[in-house]
Amino acid sequence: MKAFVAIVMRDLRLAMRNKTEVLTGLIFFVVVASLFPLAIGPEPQTLRLIGPGILWVGALLSSMLSLTRIFDSDYRDGTLEQMVLSPQPLWLLVSAKIVAHWLLSGLPLVILSPVLGLQFDLSSQAVGILTLTLLLGTPVLSSLGAIGAALTLGVRGGGVLIALLVLPLFVPVLIFGAGAVEALESGLGAQAHISILMALLLPSVFFSPWASSVALKIALE
Amino acid sequence: MNQGWFYYAAPQTFYGLAGKLWPWFALLASLLAIAGFWIGFMVAPTDAQQGEAYRIIFLHVPVSWMSMIIYLAMAFWSVLGLTLNTRLSAMMTRALAPTGAMFAFLSLWTGALWGKPMWGAWWVWDARLTSELILFFLYLGYIALTSAIDDTRRADRAGALIAIVGVINVPIIYFSVKWWNTLHQGASVSLTRAPSMAQLMLWGMLLMALAFWLYTFALVFYRVRTIILERERHTDWVNALPEAKGSTNS
Amino acid sequence: MRWNDWAEFWVMGGYALYVWGSVGATVLLMLIEVWVAKRQHLQTLSMLQSNHPSSTHQGS
Repeated sequence: MKAFVAIVMRDLRLAMRNKTEVLTGLIFFVVVASLFPLAIGPEPQTLRLIGPGILWVGALLSSMLSLTRIFDSDYRDGTLEQMVLSPQPLWLLVSAKIVAHWLLSGLPLVILSPVLGLQFDLSSQAVGILTLTLLLGTPVLSSLGAIGAALTLGVRGGGVLIALLVLPLFVPVLIFGAGAVEALESGLGAQAHISILMALLLPSVFFSPWASSVALKIALE
Repeated sequence: MNQGWFYYAAPQTFYGLAGKLWPWFALLASLLAIAGFWIGFMVAPTDAQQGEAYRIIFLHVPVSWMSMIIYLAMAFWSVLGLTLNTRLSAMMTRALAPTGAMFAFLSLWTGALWGKPMWGAWWVWDARLTSELILFFLYLGYIALTSAIDDTRRADRAGALIAIVGVINVPIIYFSVKWWNTLHQGASVSLTRAPSMAQLMLWGMLLMALAFWLYTFALVFYRVRTIILERERHTDWVNALPEAKGSTNS
Repeated sequence: MRWNDWAEFWVMGGYALYVWGSVGATVLLMLIEVWVAKRQHLQTLSMLQSNHPSSTHQGS
């Protein structure tokens, strides 16, 4: 447990020293969310319809951008090998890194989303559901993304390759996350979507650290 | 050969076996394809609702099936490779991928060509086609990953992992897309609602499906022999092969 | 046989583009696949032959 906390704190501290990487992801999210109304038109009706989808895709792309960071710097300076060799179970250390990644790249998106929701004239109920779905969905992005990052460690073209590998796996999360708001708006209620998101969240959070460890060992052999 | 499967798990013996078998698979595939084409395109009656365009199912359904079966086969070999560490497993997975990707693409292509006359649009976001599109991306991901990693062993094992992760996700993806589809469309638009099948139509589809299956066997066995030769090129047995020696024959 | 003459067969009740577009793409891609596989095999064989310890003499 101590090792877990230590790694989370370490990753957070390292990120704070070089804030640009973290901020770039957030700014990307904001910019993407602003580009779509410019491209599509300011009609509130339309924006309310497409807003949740756009914010979800923006969150997805922003997470994609930051995924190379999970293991990259540790790989380059040899810390990652130390982690693999250490007596601590690797999956524990990896889950710490995933948590740190989410705190840096996922949670800020969740916090920003209500503000961006205003740009799309979403009702406060819609904003609430959207934030909740992002809260449930972004950890899945970090978890599944870690597997992709581990597989592509040190490989050229890594960022785009991770996206190609991991985006198909994200599709269910995207469908239910973005769909929840629409379900709300159409009167069906978002409970089913939220439950399914939780059903997707739990296995990914438990399965990914282990799968990522396997991937790391494959990459480092 | 009482040693059973493990005997053929050695690349050397599999090379010989595959070499003997693929021509037969190719021959059978050709015969069945001709028979299937005959029934599907020459003999089977016209569909009352869809007219002659329905005949595309004689291609669309078999290639879709194959694209899914091949992915399952890749996942099977991947599990075998990661757990038993047999060299041949990764070679089979790599040999399967291009054919699987091709069938996935053909499924999308024939699906679009079927959709246009039927529903008026080149692309319809129905559950099956959308899942097929994602399956195509999964194939591309495997091929991209294994091509990008230089170290062969690492590439094999990374590919195996992504194939396994993918196969676990395919049912999840399919069901979520199906849900998404029914939520967004009042009437269920199903591209794969085949016309209620006359006996003859079923026969045509079955023959074409078998033909594609045998084609896959033939091609994958042929391709894996190439891979075996490349990877085992420093071994004695490869250099002892008649085809590896200086060329009086070509 | 469903068709009265070849003309009907090719026209496919007006759906010629779609039906033959499907058949054509399928046949074409499969032929390309086979051709590429064969070419790779031949390239591998010539690589083996040129690396072969007994090929100290040129050609033949």
